[in-house]
Amino acid sequence: MGRLRLFVPLVGFALLAVLLFRGLSLDPTALPSALLDKPFPAFTLPTLASNTPRGRDDIIKGPALVNVWATWCYSCRVEHPFLVELADRGIPIVGLNYKDEPTKARQWLVDLGNPYSDNISDTEGVLGLDLGVYGAPETYVVDASGNVRYRHVGVLDSAVWESELSRFFSREAAP
Amino acid sequence: MRQLLLMPVLALLTSMAWAVIETYEFSSLENESRYHRLSQELRCPKCQNQNIADSNAPIARDLRALLHRQLEAGASDEEILTFMVERYGEFVRYRPAVNQQTAVLWIFPAAAVAIGLLVLIIHLRRRQRVPRQPEPSETELAGLRAALAESSGAGKE
Repeated sequence: MGRLRLFVPLVGFALLAVLLFRGLSLDPTALPSALLDKPFPAFTLPTLASNTPRGRDDIIKGPALVNVWATWCYSCRVEHPFLVELADRGIPIVGLNYKDEPTKARQWLVDLGNPYSDNISDTEGVLGLDLGVYGAPETYVVDASGNVRYRHVGVLDSAVWESELSRFFSREAAP
Repeated sequence: MRQLLLMPVLALLTSMAWAVIETYEFSSLENESRYHRLSQELRCPKCQNQNIADSNAPIARDLRALLHRQLEAGASDEEILTFMVERYGEFVRYRPAVNQQTAVLWIFPAAAVAIGLLVLIIHLRRRQRVPRQPEPSETELAGLRAALAESSGAGKE
């Protein structure tokens, strides 16, 4: 017994090392959406295409991605080509143009291509607030019944798509 | 004289200097103090180790504006916190409600202190139980006295 007690610090160290090592691979900024498995918030907002306000059920027909973007957001420019690629593969993407100027946003779509089925124009960030957006880009998965199923914060690229989002679109995304 | 009286008051004001400088008009002093309290309790979702009072992130600015609007509209603290938590999760509060997810946060410090106390008590008890040295016997004492007498006698010479 006396001998065994000498190993207590070593065991303690090993446990702590495992705990801290795991911490190295965790992302402390990853924050699941507060709306997980809850309905996408209702809204009535104009789109980039027209000033006529439209509602949630009219614009978002899940399963679909809702991508929060803005022209002032550099990372959005980085992820844009991949969104275009996803749209080409048949993934429905709804844009949420967040706290942006509609004229600039329209020009962006002309210049870089338009992967979005519709673009909600949220100049004041009202819907962004209800959705719990805290920075662009963010990408939400909305399922067929209109519930938020996932949120990815940051650039959406093929690695993120494969590991986190494609499972929600297994049928459509089949290559 | 009046200026002298004013000085300590001004000195007190400097403690707010680290907060973001913004001007909001409040309908009452109470609303203003609630604004300061709540903006220090609400955590910025973007820069996670700052509250919304300190942070310069756009989202923190939006949340401050929202907080101000809600206070002026007559919302209670409870309503405002619920509104924020519904959108940004329990994460947005520096003092989250006690539930399954946050239980560890609330219980761990008390548990750590309790475990520490327990270890300390056990340690102290053990030390008491260590057997004392046996009392010296009569013959040993006699020997010691003799040795003492001898050495003190030698010292006098």
